[in-house]
Amino acid sequence: MVTAATSRLEGLRGRAIDPGATTVVLLLLGVAVFLLVGCLQSKNFAQYTIQGIALGSVYGSLALALVLVYRATHVINFAQGELAMFTTYIAYELMLHGFSYWAAFAATLAIAFVLGTVLQVTIIRPVQHRSVIATVIVTVGLFVLIDGVVNWIWGGDLKSMKSPFGNGFFVVGGVAIQHLYVGMVIVVFASAVLVWALFRFTKLGLGMRAAALRPAAASLVGVRVDSMLAIGWGLAAVLGGVAGLMAEPSQFLLTPTFMQPILVYAFAAAVLGGLESPAGALIGGLLIGVMLTLLVGYEPHIGPITITSELQLPFSFVVLLLILLVKPSGLFGRREVRRV
Amino acid sequence: MSAALLELEDVEARYGPVHVLHGISLAVEEGSIVTVLGPNGAGKTTTLRAISGTVRRAGNIRFGGRSLQRVGPDGAARLGIAHVPEGRGTFSELTVSENLRLGAYTRRGSIQPELERVFSYFPWLSERRRQQAGTLSGGEQQMLALARAFVLRPRLLLLDEPSLGLAPVLVAELFRIIRELNEEEGLTVLVVEQNAHLALQAADAGYVLEAGHVVLSGSSADLMADDSVRRSYLGY
Repeated sequence: MVTAATSRLEGLRGRAIDPGATTVVLLLLGVAVFLLVGCLQSKNFAQYTIQGIALGSVYGSLALALVLVYRATHVINFAQGELAMFTTYIAYELMLHGFSYWAAFAATLAIAFVLGTVLQVTIIRPVQHRSVIATVIVTVGLFVLIDGVVNWIWGGDLKSMKSPFGNGFFVVGGVAIQHLYVGMVIVVFASAVLVWALFRFTKLGLGMRAAALRPAAASLVGVRVDSMLAIGWGLAAVLGGVAGLMAEPSQFLLTPTFMQPILVYAFAAAVLGGLESPAGALIGGLLIGVMLTLLVGYEPHIGPITITSELQLPFSFVVLLLILLVKPSGLFGRREVRRV
Repeated sequence: MSAALLELEDVEARYGPVHVLHGISLAVEEGSIVTVLGPNGAGKTTTLRAISGTVRRAGNIRFGGRSLQRVGPDGAARLGIAHVPEGRGTFSELTVSENLRLGAYTRRGSIQPELERVFSYFPWLSERRRQQAGTLSGGEQQMLALARAFVLRPRLLLLDEPSLGLAPVLVAELFRIIRELNEEEGLTVLVVEQNAHLALQAADAGYVLEAGHVVLSGSSADLMADDSVRRSYLGY
């Protein structure tokens, strides 16, 4: 009988534990302790850490968008940041026409979803089955295309939107925490949790995961794989849209290039997190955000060298390079457990 | 005799320039088990793929009187064809329960009754529903694949080499369950199998494929009595 025959495998039941997982958890705990001690020691340090967490959540949100697309189609969408920039301009335009911030926010995310879906169907799907490199080149083309369109419609000059969270701040233990930073973190994590819940608890989410993991097997059980990939792009555009909207009031004024550095930070965050891991992308984003902010803010002098914000981009490249060299699977890279 | 549930007429299929099926015809009656035998490379797997639309094909395929010509794999699943591919098509990264829910992906409403029914055939699955499917043994994964196909309540089950890599005791168990599903629920099965002995014992009828052609067909009893089948596939 099956039950009798399989009971011999009793000892092998349960999830296999990744031996690297403990190391990663210890490492993250170490970072958390370091930051906590730093914050208790210095108000200045705490200030920068909080700012870093807020910016990091934005990088994490865009990284999450990259990861969603990567999991679904195994390509990096180089236009993800520009798409977010475009949708931020849409929010700007809606507010000019009298929309309140949150009405514009909701409408923009809905438009982002449609835009992402339509782009996948019209320009990605036709090349997707040819080769990965063709698809990547199309995303680079899309980058240029969006850039041109935005410059044509809105011009290249600085625009600004009013902050959705006002200019107030909380004071906790002598450290001022801007409402904006708290708001950014809450909005990003709320959207991430919603997307996670969609994937985890709904039939649509199950179909999307199946389509991403094994397209052929998914279609055999009746999943419309092409539609799932299009919806995946739509969701990625929504998360990118959140990143754009939350980035704009914090540090980055609205220009056609404002998402470009954030895209680089998001790359670093996604690779640090393991490229296939949504949680990894968020944690990677937070780590990159805190690292970069502390680097230029807290103690910018190493001997005679002064580190300024110009070094943030090169620094994030160094991080990217180091991860690829030392641990290409990142912190949470998927290690598949398969027994045949 | 009424029209068969599944009819293939002069079906051809190719992978790029390589022709695999050269016009095969076969029929599967509703409520029967039919097996496809043949050496490696004869086109057995491709026959199943042609039916479920996972390979480009030409010719006539009718299912329940309806042409499958323009139906892709997800459409075939929606029509009630459950294809368990070679290698089982298990989503090893997902849990047992998620695999079963995917099996019922095209069904609307609660699938609880279907799950209860499947757990009555495979009681051990119930205890392991939270386990990642990839951590199951080969035999367990094969049973899961069968269970996943079965929650769809398919009109036709396509099974590709279900015995591959399984211990003999599990293979016997597997065919016992297939037989039981067929007798008690009237499940129609088209099974490709290397183990001709077991397959012919379970099946009502069979087809022998060689190099993309049907070279022999008939009831299981006739095939078992056939000298060439005995020599080539039954080994005595």
